Amino acid sequence: MTDRQPVTLTPVLSRFWDDARSWTLDTYRDHGGYGALRTALDLDPAAVVDAVKASGLRGRGGAGFPTGMKWGFLPPPDGRPRYLVVNADESEPGTCKDTPLLLAAPHLLLEGVAITCHAIGAERAFIYLRGELLHVHRRLLRAVEEAEAAGYLGDDVLGTGRRIGVVVHAGAGAYICGEETALLDSLEGRRGQPRLKPPFPAVAGLYARPTVVNNVESIASVPSIVEHGADWFSGLGTEKSTGYGLFSLSGHVTRPGQYEAPLGITLRELLDMAGGVRAGHRLKFWTPGGSSTPIFTDAHLDVPLDFEAVGTAGSMLGTRALQIFDETTSVVRAVLRWTEFYEHESCGKCTPCREGTYWLAQILHRLEAGRGTAEDVQTLLDTCDNILGRSFCALGDGATSPITSAIQYFREEFEAGMHTPAWELFPYERSATVPVGDYAAGPPRSRELAGSVA
Amino acid sequence: MTLVTGGPAGPPPGGVPAVPGAAGQVELVPVLIDGIELTVPRGTLVIRAAEQVGIAIPRFCDHPLLEPAGACRQCLVEIATPDREGNLRWMPKPQASCTITVSPGMVVRTQETSEVADKAQHGVMELLLLNHPLDCPVCDKGGECPLQNQAMTNGRGETRFLDRKRTFPKPIRISTQVLLDRERCILCQRCTRFSQEIAGDPFIDLQERGAGQQIGTFSPELLRFATRDDRPGDRRPTGGDETLDPPGEAHALGVTEGPAELDESGQPFSSYYSGNTIQICPVGALTGAAYRFRARPFDLVSSPSVCEHCASGCAIRSDHRRGLVLRRLAGADPAVNEEWNCDKGRWAFQYAQAPDRLRVPLVRDPDTGQLVETSWPDALATAAAGLAAAHRTHGVGVLVGGRATVEDAYAYAKFARTVLDTNDIDFRARPHSAEEEAFLGHVVAGSGLGVTYADLEAAPAVLLVALDPQEESPILALRLRKAARRGLRVHDAAPFLTDGSRKAGASLLPTVPGEESALLRAMAGEATAPLTVTPEQVDAVRDALGAAGAVILVGERLAGVPGGFRAALDASAATGARLAWVPRRAGERGAVEAGALPGLLPGGRPIGDAAARVDVAAAWGVGTLPSAPGRDTAGILAAAEAGLGLVVGGVDPDDLPDPAQARRALAAATVVVSLEVRASAVHDHADVVLPVAPTAEKAGAFLDWEGRLRPFAPALATDALADHAILDELARELGVELGAADTAALRAELASIGGWDGARPPAPAVGSSAVRTARGSADGVVLATWPLLLDAGRMQDGEPYLAGTAHRAVARVSAATAARHGLAADGHVRVSGHLGDVVVPLAVTEMPDGVVWLPTNSRGCAVRAGLGAAAGDLVRLSSAPTGTPARLEGALT
Repeated sequence: MTDRQPVTLTPVLSRFWDDARSWTLDTYRDHGGYGALRTALDLDPAAVVDAVKASGLRGRGGAGFPTGMKWGFLPPPDGRPRYLVVNADESEPGTCKDTPLLLAAPHLLLEGVAITCHAIGAERAFIYLRGELLHVHRRLLRAVEEAEAAGYLGDDVLGTGRRIGVVVHAGAGAYICGEETALLDSLEGRRGQPRLKPPFPAVAGLYARPTVVNNVESIASVPSIVEHGADWFSGLGTEKSTGYGLFSLSGHVTRPGQYEAPLGITLRELLDMAGGVRAGHRLKFWTPGGSSTPIFTDAHLDVPLDFEAVGTAGSMLGTRALQIFDETTSVVRAVLRWTEFYEHESCGKCTPCREGTYWLAQILHRLEAGRGTAEDVQTLLDTCDNILGRSFCALGDGATSPITSAIQYFREEFEAGMHTPAWELFPYERSATVPVGDYAAGPPRSRELAGSVA
Repeated sequence: MTLVTGGPAGPPPGGVPAVPGAAGQVELVPVLIDGIELTVPRGTLVIRAAEQVGIAIPRFCDHPLLEPAGACRQCLVEIATPDREGNLRWMPKPQASCTITVSPGMVVRTQETSEVADKAQHGVMELLLLNHPLDCPVCDKGGECPLQNQAMTNGRGETRFLDRKRTFPKPIRISTQVLLDRERCILCQRCTRFSQEIAGDPFIDLQERGAGQQIGTFSPELLRFATRDDRPGDRRPTGGDETLDPPGEAHALGVTEGPAELDESGQPFSSYYSGNTIQICPVGALTGAAYRFRARPFDLVSSPSVCEHCASGCAIRSDHRRGLVLRRLAGADPAVNEEWNCDKGRWAFQYAQAPDRLRVPLVRDPDTGQLVETSWPDALATAAAGLAAAHRTHGVGVLVGGRATVEDAYAYAKFARTVLDTNDIDFRARPHSAEEEAFLGHVVAGSGLGVTYADLEAAPAVLLVALDPQEESPILALRLRKAARRGLRVHDAAPFLTDGSRKAGASLLPTVPGEESALLRAMAGEATAPLTVTPEQVDAVRDALGAAGAVILVGERLAGVPGGFRAALDASAATGARLAWVPRRAGERGAVEAGALPGLLPGGRPIGDAAARVDVAAAWGVGTLPSAPGRDTAGILAAAEAGLGLVVGGVDPDDLPDPAQARRALAAATVVVSLEVRASAVHDHADVVLPVAPTAEKAGAFLDWEGRLRPFAPALATDALADHAILDELARELGVELGAADTAALRAELASIGGWDGARPPAPAVGSSAVRTARGSADGVVLATWPLLLDAGRMQDGEPYLAGTAHRAVARVSAATAARHGLAADGHVRVSGHLGDVVVPLAVTEMPDGVVWLPTNSRGCAVRAGLGAAAGDLVRLSSAPTGTPARLEGALT
């Protein structure tokens, strides 16, 4: 880290979010909106795909799969439908980048959708939006209406004769529907559970037709690549993690929010811009990419936040959801809350995730309440080992990450759960950033469970 | 060690057919499993390949006839495949061996050689047992439970789980017959996949998610369709405060399509195949009410057998204890029923153990006029004397019914010809015709194995005429659906699209009863009077039937349509489609073969052919056979009214075309000797009643509709005798050695007579009757009717749980017909025939106008005895006051 250039913010997606009524078509056009679409429509679709491949853009939904390569997996056109599906089912704890993007600049996504449809030969795109985001839903619907009226979408896009229709679909509130094949099943009107692969969506996706599924931010980044060129994009970020991204800082940080910066920035640099950890406190642990990524500690402040470096350091870049926890936080409590999320959101299809999360949550509840046994930490680790890589999809894997990483760094806190409630070691009102009730005897759910266990 | 296996064990795994190579050969792929080299056909799943070298990978969701799910994760193994350079690459995670097909050079390490796989399997097993109750001692599955067994082989001895198990109120009543204990369920989804993939019935499905995920029927409470006040507060089920849905009430919200969608218990009709979900449940979550808590599997003796209910020919397994059959299961026969059967075949066996079962012979006391018990010698002597006397005066005819085994039917046929010296014998206890007999003699008898299930799977098109496969031959319906999912196009000439045809994706050729022959003539390319179907539809189906491998399936109901069989022959000849006859009853195809028809001797030999008679007489060691033309069932009954004596073997008068006339005939007959399993309406007029063995207590064979012999041994050893053995005794009493004492000898004798190489009887004449296209008039509408699978048939007696799942009787008419006759869509309709009325709920159905459909023999709807009408007859419709339809009383008490 010795030769690092100082890294600054690179607002691309967020460059006009502070405009009044930034979400309108007029504002977007004032900032050059839909110029890239005109450029792209004049290009051969293959040239657009090549540009995205050359840019090195990697999926912004967490897995980091090269976007252009994914498009390239589609079989050659056969004259029948193929689809673009945008995964806007953002529901991971801590992850909050697509939602503000869609609220502030929905046309960014729509322009990306139109360019991508042109590139992959799709005439219809679906935006699968997390159902709880009612306000975003309204904004998206309005934006589609505006774009159709202006000829950016519809039966004759910008007079080229191309048809690009966009369907905005609101989900019904299931984390699993962010898994791409579960999303497709849900979109088809079925129960949202992951599909067996192969066939992969590129071959048989939505309605058994070739389908590209991309994250909101990935698609929204496409216009900038068309506008400024692949070289400009790959000039940002690091060698294998090119470009910029939204970094979402939340938790015990002075100025939480979206920080758009090149990949490879460090938490130390981001915290500097965000005013640091909340006053009077110091960093204890943090997530680099949402709750499914193994946690980091203050030892990782200088890890470049790109796919490779974060992976080497033992975690995943994920969705760049940086949840900051200071020293007042009980790691057992934090991990339990995440685990309860996974237990609640497990789709139930496979045994390890369905039963494993049910068990992990109960063990953690006992540890939080100081009612753990001597075997509990080992049982947690072993059960995580029996879930990780054994479940049907990555949701099960993600459920184990916070537990195993937290035990790796803070094992003694879990062991303290054999005798002392976490709320005595870390009084919950101290870590709260908003006023909370009386947690002196533990949170309601823990009290309820403790009462039911003999 | 290198093993080469000839092909996949059983059918293609999980719907992934082996891919034939260029020369039609299945490509073989070399793989290495736990150090054992083997080659298996491309497309074989790893779990199945391992089976072939004797490695059992534990599994729950995997089932060879269902598509892979990969849900339970029990079958995890380590897998490596060579990359492009040929270097072996291990997959980073253990893989579900039930979802991955072999590839060349694949290396697999199962739990036998991989610590990772072994730990993964132990881990999944521990998680499966986490929420599974330890109620094995009271669970029906205990002792034959895959979870129990695999927990012992691949599980931990001690649990580490200290916390709270998920519990549910027990059990959910999915139907009157199928119960679900949700806490035992491991959510492998075999049952839901069976319902979706195989049966096609919206029977049960997954609901909720995570640890709260559960199988169930539509539940307004669980799915938040209930009012806000009814909602459970906590999604996590904690048990204790929910109550069971009483049948008939809780599901009201799910019913939208009227009474036709209800079963006899008032629930939405679920499935004719629901019992299969119980059989494939790898735990004790799904149980049958009839068997629940009745036995322990290790106390049962299992006997392979063949189902006696229809001509599908299912292999079954009878499980019995101390002389009582306690349950039946589907047997595995890939060529016939695969591993499935219908609920009737599974549960309708109590009839043979009913209180009215005959154990000793009865003779009529000349003083009191009552039937009284007597000894076998007395009964046989009395019967012989009566038959001998009748033989001298009026003669004796034989009615054998459609449920006899091949051997029994053969014995009746031989008895008629050699003892009673008559050709008056007929197995058809249903509407029949001379044309039908001519058809059976011309193409069916002696034709051996004809169109098969496999042929249907490979067929490009199938035309159904006068046949509702799901109601009349349910395994045929399953096979048609399976084939349709792979590309078969089914065309159904019927008054409305039946449930079975809908599930096979059939196109409907709307057909008014009586119109079938004209439709088939049109298929043969002849100009006909205008039909209900359009000429374009006819042309399209004719073209489809011209494709190689196409099949026309005709049902026994075609006998009620003058000219129908001849038209079917002509349509088959004109299009090139193969023709097969699908009777309803298990014994009919065999009875044709055995010569239980007036005009046919065994093997399809025409009675009118002297050489054929010499052939059979020689085989039977008799001088001559009667050559005078015999009479069919109707003719025999008419003659009985004038005094003809009768030997009756398993005939219910209410099944006959005219039940009232049949009773008069029985009353007037000089003598009536009845061979029966249970008390029967025949016995009101019988002089002698000889008890015979039900299927479970005798050996024999059925010929299924394909013409495939389905032999079976006795499941229960009792002293009950088969019909043929009693006929043998009776013949001896009359001074004739029938040679029918031994089942095997009888079967060998029939086989030695063999097929007939002489001239076959001619095809039925064209226009032997006028081609009828009946139409409703202002006064009446045309009756369409056929029996449902589950109805008031006597072989379903004694099983109220099964009866509760039967379709409720309804009358189907079109909306226009309902309006024309002033019928309210949600009301009841009175259907009147010359004998009387039936009153049933109305189900407005998309169908031709001027037609009403009724189930022939359902509860509260006895068409033959109640209306005195047959399919194609005119009946009258009128509105009836709406009342509570007859419910099945006491079904659940």
